[in-house]
Amino acid sequence: MHMADALLSPAVGGTLWAVSGGLIAFCARKVKQTMQDHLVPLMGVMGAFVFAGQMINFSIPGTGSSGHLCGGLMLAILLGPWAAFLVIASILTIQSLFFADGGVLALGCNIFNMGFLPVFVAYPLYKLITKGRHGSPLAWAASIVSAVIGLVLGAFGVVLETTASGISELPFGSFVLVMLPIHLAIGLVEGLATATVVSFVFRARPEILQAEPEAGIRIRPILVGLAVAALVIGGAFSWFASTHPDGLEWSVVRVSGSEEVAGSNAEIHQHLAGFQRKVAFLPDYGFKAGEAEEEACDAWPSVSAGATVSGLVGGSLTLGLVVLTGLALRLRPVRQAK
Amino acid sequence: MRLADWTEIGRMDELGRMDSPVHRLDPRAKVLVSLVFIVLVMSFPRYEISALVPFLFYPVGLIALARIPMRHIMKKMLIAAPFALLIGLVNPLFDRQPMCSVGPLELSGGWVSFISILFRFVLTVSAALALVAGTGMYRLGAGLERLGLPRVFAMQLLFLYRYLFVISDEAARIMRGVRLRSVGSGALGLRVYGSLVGQLLLRSMDRADRIYQAMVARGFDGEIRLLQQSVPGWCDAVFAGCSLILLGAARVWNLSDLLGIWLAGGVS
Repeated sequence: MHMADALLSPAVGGTLWAVSGGLIAFCARKVKQTMQDHLVPLMGVMGAFVFAGQMINFSIPGTGSSGHLCGGLMLAILLGPWAAFLVIASILTIQSLFFADGGVLALGCNIFNMGFLPVFVAYPLYKLITKGRHGSPLAWAASIVSAVIGLVLGAFGVVLETTASGISELPFGSFVLVMLPIHLAIGLVEGLATATVVSFVFRARPEILQAEPEAGIRIRPILVGLAVAALVIGGAFSWFASTHPDGLEWSVVRVSGSEEVAGSNAEIHQHLAGFQRKVAFLPDYGFKAGEAEEEACDAWPSVSAGATVSGLVGGSLTLGLVVLTGLALRLRPVRQAK
Repeated sequence: MRLADWTEIGRMDELGRMDSPVHRLDPRAKVLVSLVFIVLVMSFPRYEISALVPFLFYPVGLIALARIPMRHIMKKMLIAAPFALLIGLVNPLFDRQPMCSVGPLELSGGWVSFISILFRFVLTVSAALALVAGTGMYRLGAGLERLGLPRVFAMQLLFLYRYLFVISDEAARIMRGVRLRSVGSGALGLRVYGSLVGQLLLRSMDRADRIYQAMVARGFDGEIRLLQQSVPGWCDAVFAGCSLILLGAARVWNLSDLLGIWLAGGVS
């Protein structure tokens, strides 16, 4: 479910970076306000626990495969939503930086899909159903239902964000059909694992679960926040997705003021390309051709055979240069710093 | 997350502690340039390939100057690739419009955009890995905090990183115990799983408690103070300025196309 940068457009990535960044700042303030000091090391260690817990697998009943905890819902149950959100965000950051699991600009999307949705949508649901009776059959059902809802919503978020970015050709419908059943299954496993661990903790050390991290969260502000976020994101997405398939074209249109300019640009490009082709085959005009192309390249790539060939030649040459530079930099003698 | 992954993260930690011109740069400069780099790479239209090639200079240069083994970065990239690859592979299926021809070979738009996705993946992932391996988590965390990341969150990152190894050792010990006492696969029944993970959880919480006691004993009052380290010098300014200008130039002009046209013009 970790999204990579390669499939995202900057508009979508940036929007969700802003949303998740805002949420992090908000949760950081909340944690500081309700600060019990002991939460500082506890949050860090719990994040490490979620990583380490993934080393332990259990066999899924009835199938040959095995599953493990992802931990979003469980962190919320143990730490309360604000701290849990920060912990999840930090886990995703470390995963993206050290394992390349999810891109850096995609981090906003990933934090939203795997942090916001489980913590601020699935967890309130869990709380609503269980009403503090951990370990009961009701709590098992609640944890499965809310884990499924959290994961399916997250998967839906992945689909929406990928489609809105317009880099992948995958049609919305079939992407949903692929993603949702998989995450339904993962959600079931996650819910099962969460319930097992929580009920063990409840039997062994009930005081951990009874010590409410804070005086409960109210549902309404969260729903309002969710609605606003949905509106903003939906609005932004549909705008980017419908009229401007590429974020860049959109920004160009905005910069140049109208789409007609782009059209006349293309015309100029045609002229320049024609002019340049005439000139380039005269041996002595090589440099001039370069200058002409410099301007021509400003316009958007309308693909012609000439452009393709020069792209290929230039691209592979640049690639060679990159390799050479890398080797040359490596050959430099090592200078030890004091 | 398997045991092999932990040795990997340990390797990244080692790399981050090395000393090189790249490691000595101010973390903020590196973070800034890397972010701009990723945004620029992502901002190219769907079918762009040749204009992306010059961007390789940045990660390759960084990795070479930081003396990070290229093989290591490539291996990590391969491990992370499947998701982007799978989604990207769908493009040739849906977008069959012929787009350009190289000699007798016709390439459909889908293949062009797939190659473009691959290129974006390599660029963005290698830049991020180079940033981390060439900075180290502690310097990076302090740099992010000075860039305006909420302090609670910066602390959370550093704490998480610090205890990753400790808690994973704990988990590894538990798993070793299980393997010694059971025959067959490492997959456990749900009940056993619950008590093992629950046990790990309780041990982790106890450890957090001890850490907290130790912090209080050393005067912790709820406020974390980070050591202010590097003062940005002219080196950092030059690095950031030059890279930003070069990246901007590569974004505005298709440099490899220019090179190709210039050469084609010059030769023929």
